[in-house]
This record gives sequence, structure tokens and C-alpha cells, in this order.
Amino acid sequence: MPAEGVFSLIWLLIAMPLAGATVLLVGGRRTNAWGPYLGILTVSASAVLGWIMLVAMMGNSPEERTFDQTLFSWVSVGDFQADMAFQLDQLSMVFVLLITTVGGLIHIYSLGYMSHDRDRRKFFGFLNLFVGAMLILVLANNYLLLYVGWEGVGLASYLLIGFWQYKPSAAAAAKKAFVINRVGDVGLSLAIMLMFITFGSIGFQDVFGAAGEASDGTLNAIGLLLLLAAAGKSAQFPLQAWLLDAMEGPTPVSALIHAATMVTAGVYLIARSNAIFNLAEIAALTVVIVGVVTMFMGAIIGSAKDDIKKSLAGSTMSQIGYMVTAVGLGPVGYVFGIFHLLTHGVFKAGLFLGAGSVMHGMNDNVNMRRYGAIRTVMFITFITFAAGWLSIMGIPPFSGFWSKDEIIHAAFEQNTLTGILLIIGAGITGFYMTRMFIMTFLGKARWEDDVHPHESPKVMTIPLIILAIGSVFLGMALLFWGNIETWLEPVVGYESKEAPISTGVAIALGLLAVGIGVLIAYLQYQRKPIPVEAPHGSWLTRAAREELYGNQVNNALVVTPTLVAAKAATAVDAKGIDGLVNGSAAFVGALSGRLRRYQTGFARSYALSMVGGAVLVVLALILVGAS
Amino acid sequence: MNPENYIILSAVLFTIGALGVLVRRNAIIVFMSVELMLNAANLAFVAFARMNGNLDGQTVAFFVMVVAAAEVVVGLAIIVTIFRTRRSASIDEPNLLKY
Repeated sequence: MPAEGVFSLIWLLIAMPLAGATVLLVGGRRTNAWGPYLGILTVSASAVLGWIMLVAMMGNSPEERTFDQTLFSWVSVGDFQADMAFQLDQLSMVFVLLITTVGGLIHIYSLGYMSHDRDRRKFFGFLNLFVGAMLILVLANNYLLLYVGWEGVGLASYLLIGFWQYKPSAAAAAKKAFVINRVGDVGLSLAIMLMFITFGSIGFQDVFGAAGEASDGTLNAIGLLLLLAAAGKSAQFPLQAWLLDAMEGPTPVSALIHAATMVTAGVYLIARSNAIFNLAEIAALTVVIVGVVTMFMGAIIGSAKDDIKKSLAGSTMSQIGYMVTAVGLGPVGYVFGIFHLLTHGVFKAGLFLGAGSVMHGMNDNVNMRRYGAIRTVMFITFITFAAGWLSIMGIPPFSGFWSKDEIIHAAFEQNTLTGILLIIGAGITGFYMTRMFIMTFLGKARWEDDVHPHESPKVMTIPLIILAIGSVFLGMALLFWGNIETWLEPVVGYESKEAPISTGVAIALGLLAVGIGVLIAYLQYQRKPIPVEAPHGSWLTRAAREELYGNQVNNALVVTPTLVAAKAATAVDAKGIDGLVNGSAAFVGALSGRLRRYQTGFARSYALSMVGGAVLVVLALILVGAS
Repeated sequence: MNPENYIILSAVLFTIGALGVLVRRNAIIVFMSVELMLNAANLAFVAFARMNGNLDGQTVAFFVMVVAAAEVVVGLAIIVTIFRTRRSASIDEPNLLKY
């Protein structure tokens, strides 16, 4: 239905952060003094507007919760129509709230975290740009506009990973993220082209309405291309390698972009395109496989890294693996994938900000082997991190428990093997999160000599407390009060099937796996002293420290062949093509050098050659005439 | 009278002119030889016009005369100028325009 009342302001949700970004980035140093506050203000205003819209939307009946707003016709070429048009429905709504609310909290936190940075005005400009682009992504009503947001968040991610670009590692990480994302973006653009060829339109409603008419092959092709896009943006196997390097960026960026929002865009894309994936069985199965593989890879990497942010990044990969698996399961899983996305967005943002708070007190050291006993000096960070820790492991009644348990149960409804694998993954989650928690907050202090940890200022701890409250209660609130299934059902569909095991057994198995993981971590890291230098470790540990050789595989399969091909092309260009061109020029030059000797300046010899030529012509004419 | 004789005369005059251009050094003589070649051609044109019984050849002969007159003006001017600067009318001496 057309947007009226408060919903006619959908454009304003996006316009405010983008205006903030414009003012901060164009205004330059003049805005240094008040720039960060403007950045916080625009995002907070969007958040307030989002919550007002939520209340208004809840007042409508479920069929009347989709609002369309067309601003203007954007591209109109022949049959190809793309409007600057937004669609706010239940799915977009929860994303808007996640992005603006968590984004707003992270903006506030950044005020403290970046207080000593010379360029913090620019930082807030980039953050605003990110929020605006992400809102375009989730509010677009056609794939082309979604693509604009998709590229916009990729750009913001690049700028923010490389924010400290004077560090070569940060600059390289930004480039790496951008290049790997480009691979996924190619998938999305090809999917859009294929949709236009097949359906004659790229609007969500046209495509989903006509999805049943397309052939299986086409639908699977579109689905696999969309999966490629999702894998790039969401750091799923085989495009996962960039996320761990992306931790070079400032910690609020890791929390906002590389944990809570942008990396979940792939899940949004798949859930949004549910009409296609419901009909494309091969593509949906591939989604599940990719999700499960990434879930294990991330968990294993997270178990071995000593860098707290990289360990959390592995955890993010793993949790997004859960979400991708859930949305690959079909109508039994879409709502729970989004549910986990929301709870994860809150508790993982809390965990990252907690890690940032610890780093802030430890002179930006990220090595957990140099932490320990931080509970004694940073009590608020300790408590809030504990809330996130319990939530991500899925301990009832924390948020993560409800969402993760629902995914595991949905997996059992569809496929028992997937369910068992997800339970094993939950056990590994218990291990690596407990390991991180013990190494950071418990045990004995292993601090470096000149470190004097202290609790972070209020501007940082208050967002932490709010996110911790969310980590505790959001799951229950969404499930029991918000009825997430019925809320999302009109958009993504929902059906429940008979599962081979009951909900209670699934919960018990999940908790048992987590318990085993926690116990192993406890025995290994709490009962024994933690060496300051990393031990050699088993082959699995060493492989996990190397990020399961993802970079080596990329190098061997893509980078090295590309470099070899590039060098070969250079050689062919320099020797072959240039040789041909330069050679012919040299040949003509040498020939001319010989020929010009005949230009003697002796007029009578010219006359002789003219006469000789004329005689030859006459002789030829006579010969031809005679024959 | 047989027109062939005129053609033969024309060929003889042309050959004398061509040889004159090739072997003589004095620019004036060379110039005169060129005129001789032109007029040999004129003679051939007129003879052929007579043989064919139309006026085309005669018309061309007039054209050639006009062009030759113009050429004489330019050519003599160049020769005089060269003579003034180099004190010589030899066509072998001005050889600066070479490789």
C-alpha cells in the first residue's frame, strides 16, 4: 500500500545519515568541533523515526504492513525500469531498527573510543555514510537500488577498514576486503541481469510474482549467483578470507559493519529472495552446505586465534554460517535466520565493543595471552561481556539461546544431519567463547609491564550496558512478545514440519554440546596456566592459526595464476606486440636511410630518372599494345 | 604531304630536347631544350589533328603554348635570381637540397 502518515517519511530515514555524511566529508576541518555530535544526531534521529514507524506498523493488520514509496523514476530505458523507490515491510523494519539502534549506540561508543584520534570527524562521516547505504540496501524495492546500497556499504567498509591507512596492514586489509567483495558483487550484478532477461523486470514484486514461471535451471542459476553475492558480503566460504583481516579497522567498525549489520546483508539478500530459493532446490541446498562449512571454519579459526578481535571475527563467520544455513533450509528457517541475525547483531556488537573497551585499557594490545584477570579492573566491561558470552553460547534464557535453538530445531525438521552438525558447531562455540572469556577476564594477570588497565569512560560503558540488556532480553522479547514468526511470516513465509526429535531433546543436546565445549575450555585454560608465548600446538591448531590456509589457497588458486598471467601478458606486450610495432618502424627507418642517398641534389640525375621512367612506361605501353 | 614526316620530325626534335636537358649544364640551354620538347609535342598534336580531321589537337597545342609562356616567366625569374646570388647559371652548382 502507498506510504501515508509517518510512513511518507521513509526517505528521511536514509536522507538523514547521508546528509550527515555529506556535511562531515565535504565540510572538512571546519566541522571538526561538532562533527561527531552531528553524526550521532542523524543516526539517532533515524532510530527514533524507525521506532515510531514500528509502533505505527504494529497498529496495522498484518496484510497492511507493506508500504511503498516512489520518489522518482531513476532509470528508464526501453523495457528497463528502475525507480528510486522504497519498500518498508516487516523484514525491512527489523533491519532498520537493528541498523539505526545498534548503529546509534556504536556511534556514541565511538565518541569515547576515537576521542584521541585526529581524524574522528572523518570517521563519523564514514560511519554515517555506511548507515545511509545500509538503509538503502534494506529499504530498496528493486534489485538495482539494492545493488546501490550493496556497493555503498562495500565502499564504507573499505574506507573504514583502511581508516588507519598509514598502517600498511590496514591498507592491505582494506584492499583485500574490497577485491574479494568485488567477486561477490559480480555474482549479484549477473543475477540482476539474468532476472531482467527472465522476468523483464528487477522489481521485487514483479520478480517474486513471476518466479513460478521460470525454468528450474534459470532459478537455480539466479539462486547460485545470489549465493555468490551473499558469500562475498557475508564472508562465507569460499570468499571468507577478508573478514579476519578486516579487523585491522577500528573496533567500533568491526562491531557495526563486520559483526552486526553489513556482513549480514547476505542473509538479508537470501531471505528477501525467498520466492526464488523456495523453487531452486539445488541453490537452496548449496546455501545450506556453504552455511555449515563456514560455520565450522569460523568456529575452528575462532578457537585458535590469540588476537581477541580475530577470534571474534571467526565467531562472526561461524554465527553467520548459522544464519545462512537457516535461510537455506527454506520456509522452516527464514524467520529464524533473521531472528538469529537480530539477536546476534546485538550480542556480537556488545562483545566487540567489550573487546574494544578492554583494548582501550590495555594500550590497544589485542593479544589475549597478555590479558587475564581483567574482571578486577574493568567490572562493567566484565559483566556486559559475560552477558554476550552466555548469549552467544546459547545458555537459556539469554537471547542467543532462543534464536540458535530455533535454527537447530528447524534444521532437524528439514534434515537430521544438518541438525547434528549445527549442534556440534554449538559445542565448538561454547569452547572458543569460554576460552576467550577465561583468557581475558579470569585467571592471573599476564599484562605487559607498562600497562595500567582502567575502566572505560561512561560514553563507552553505557552503550555496552544497553547492548548487554539486549543480549539478555531481546530473544525472549522477540519470541514471546514480538511473535517473530507471525511478524515475518507475510514477507518470508513460515511453515513448521514434524521433526524427528522433540524441541526438548534438541535443547538438551544443544546444551550438552555447549557444556562439553565449556568444560574442555575450563580444563585447558582455567586449570592450567596460560603461557605468554603461544605453544606449538597440534596440526589443527596450527592450521586454524593460519585461518585454515584460506589465504594460501586463494594465493595458489587465484593470486599466483593471475600474477603469472599478468607477467606473461606484459612479456607478450613488450616483446611481441611492441617488437612488431617497433620492428616495422625500424625497418622503414633503415630502408629510408638507404633510399635517401638517391636524393643527391644533382638536378640532371633527377631528370635522367624521369626520362628513364617515361621510357619504361612507353615501352610497357608498346608491349601491352602489341600483345 | 605525308603527315608521318611531321611525326618523325616531332620525335627527332623531342629527342634533341631531352638529350639537351640531360647533358647541358647551362640553365638557359636546358630551359631552351625544355621548350624544344614542348614544341615537339605541339607539332605532334597539330599533325595528329590534321590526320584525324578534327580540332582537338590544335586546341591542346594552344593550351600548351599558354602554359609554356607562363612557365617561361617563372623559370626565367628563378634562373635570373640564382645567377644573381651565385654568379653562375650552371644547374649542377645549386645542390644544397639533398640528403
